[in-house]
Amino acid sequence: MSNVFMGMPSLPVFGDGNLHIDEPFPAAAHRELGNTQMRANLRHATHTIRDKRLKVVGELPDWEELRDAGAATKNLVMANLPALLEEFEKNFTARGGIIHWARDADEANRIVSDLIKEQDTDEVVKVKSMATQEIGLNEYLEEQGISAFETDLAELIVQLGHDKPSHILVPAIHKNRSEVRDIFLAEMPNVDPNLTDEPRLLAMAAREHLRRKFLSAKVAVSGANFALADSGTLAVVESEGNGRMCLTLPETLITVMGIEKLLPGKEDLEVFMQLLPRSSTGERMNPYTSLWTGVTEGDGPQNVHLVMLDNGRTAALADKYGRTALNCIRCSACMNVCPVYERTGGHAYGSTYPGPIGAILTPLLTGIKSEENSSLPYASSLCGACFDACPVKINIPEILVHLRGEDVDSKRGEKKLPSQMDLMMKGAQWAFSSGKHLGLLEKGLPLGKLAAGRDKKIKRLPGIAAGWTRSRDIPAPPTQSFRDWWKKDHRPAAATTEQEK
Amino acid sequence: MSAKEEILSRITSALRDAPTPEPIPREYRTTSDMPLAELIELLVDRLEDYKAHVDVVDSAQLSATIADRLKDATSFVVPHGIDETWLADATPDGDARRRTDAPGAVLGIPELDSTDAVLTSSAVSIAESGTIVLDGTPDQGRRAISLVPDHHVCVVPASTIVRLLPEALPRMDITRPLTWISGPSATSDIELERVEGVHGPRRLDVIIVKGL
Repeated sequence: MSNVFMGMPSLPVFGDGNLHIDEPFPAAAHRELGNTQMRANLRHATHTIRDKRLKVVGELPDWEELRDAGAATKNLVMANLPALLEEFEKNFTARGGIIHWARDADEANRIVSDLIKEQDTDEVVKVKSMATQEIGLNEYLEEQGISAFETDLAELIVQLGHDKPSHILVPAIHKNRSEVRDIFLAEMPNVDPNLTDEPRLLAMAAREHLRRKFLSAKVAVSGANFALADSGTLAVVESEGNGRMCLTLPETLITVMGIEKLLPGKEDLEVFMQLLPRSSTGERMNPYTSLWTGVTEGDGPQNVHLVMLDNGRTAALADKYGRTALNCIRCSACMNVCPVYERTGGHAYGSTYPGPIGAILTPLLTGIKSEENSSLPYASSLCGACFDACPVKINIPEILVHLRGEDVDSKRGEKKLPSQMDLMMKGAQWAFSSGKHLGLLEKGLPLGKLAAGRDKKIKRLPGIAAGWTRSRDIPAPPTQSFRDWWKKDHRPAAATTEQEK
Repeated sequence: MSAKEEILSRITSALRDAPTPEPIPREYRTTSDMPLAELIELLVDRLEDYKAHVDVVDSAQLSATIADRLKDATSFVVPHGIDETWLADATPDGDARRRTDAPGAVLGIPELDSTDAVLTSSAVSIAESGTIVLDGTPDQGRRAISLVPDHHVCVVPASTIVRLLPEALPRMDITRPLTWISGPSATSDIELERVEGVHGPRRLDVIIVKGL
């Protein structure tokens, strides 16, 4: 199959799974903001990681050059995706791996579940994976009578606490150490009742809890951070060693990976393995990275499967203004610097992907019309901190604005009469299309001053503009416009007249 | 249509505007001329920052250093391709503590779990990030042996140290099972503060050998 499009264009097919939010972001954010403990925890954690990231990024004189290479590599991958996927499949298969393709969440879940059942087991150990979170694999396996044990410490905290992840790297970021201790004491069998909240001891309790599982598991399920097309190699980046345990000890390994995770080849790892650890945990390198290429005789799993997942990725790819969201390497730097995320936390976003990247990726995967997902692109002040922090330079603010436009356009079709927003925008279009129009409008400024009254504040605007004045006042407008003032106060000097020409 | 055909057709349809991305600019550092003494110093600094214990020794001292690092272990595993001269001091006259993992004579998981330590060599190390790469060749062994025991003693020949990741990748055979190790097992999952010691070896001793 070539990259040149020959057939009829098909409509985008959107994704499913833990991506559809059932409550608009403002309502969810309002509720979450009431949780002061969570806000304190998040503030502490995000500020810790910001400082660490800045320190290790500052050590590299070529950080910007690495970002440029990372962004260009991902753009190249997306433009050549069919050829790279074919190349990867050929190499992975030649080395004994087996590839499965899944159009959506449900198909991926069924494939994984069937593969597990083939091994005559009802237990699997899991390495933290966003893709399996997205498709709701654990819930599906539970329905099938299969227990999935999360082995990443933060995932374990979430699973034991019957909670939901609130961050893509540290899913339990909303819990502090004493809350973690309480969860362990309540939910972890055979835990030492004298367990304190010292993080080192909490980590050791998790080690004790999971060790037997690791040593006896027959099947492991993982995600993947990167896949190298020219060799068929997969990579998992982790810290604790739970990844190594899952990728090394069981006989069967099932990896679920989005189709956008490809890199052309080994050379690209030199860029991404500098960008990712420094952006995510603020370390020069994460403690452990595992790379495997199909099956290696006598070393590690001998049944190696890979599920290649679409689930809306092709729909995101079809949006030429939004497709760079697929360049995301799931580092979480954008949420760690986001003033909105820091205050609302990840649960307010309602999707597997929270924070700035989630606010664009979620509606791109599901389509802007899906349930309440259209509220996500507004979950931002457009300050741009996420764009600055992104190691692959995804212009998140620009895509947020693009998706807001999609939202407005999609709703316009539903109503016969123009909305207040439409009328205001029409008015603005007229006003800003010519200096004369604007000058005419500015003559009305004294009226605004009149409306403001004696305390020189406008406290209530009509219609949809009331949303603005509900939580703030507008100062009274001046009696004359800037341009009128300029005309009166500055007799044009020769130089400025020259410039104006 | 199979799932694969359908997904590939969706991609092709999604790319019908035929985006033409710019070539990848590789303006970042790919070479370095840092002298060996400074490379060693940088690697030591990074590894100690990760709470690994580091010795820098001449090749003549290697065997004694290994013996010292393993002195508290009641048992340890070595891969079958380990340089026997390294073990001269650690296992005089066939030390009963030693277990050898070899193709056709592999140690089971319970055996590895009851083994205190592991001794391996390494393939290449990156000074700037404090990363040691194991590639499963006979002096490093299969992945399980350097994972299950709680204490890893890792030999880094000075000739295998480079400064930058782009200098290290050409030295790796990417299709071998690779493990990149940067310090002992750790987590940042509680309040994003790093603590050492979870599932992987909690103790990492690195021996950098000059002249090797």
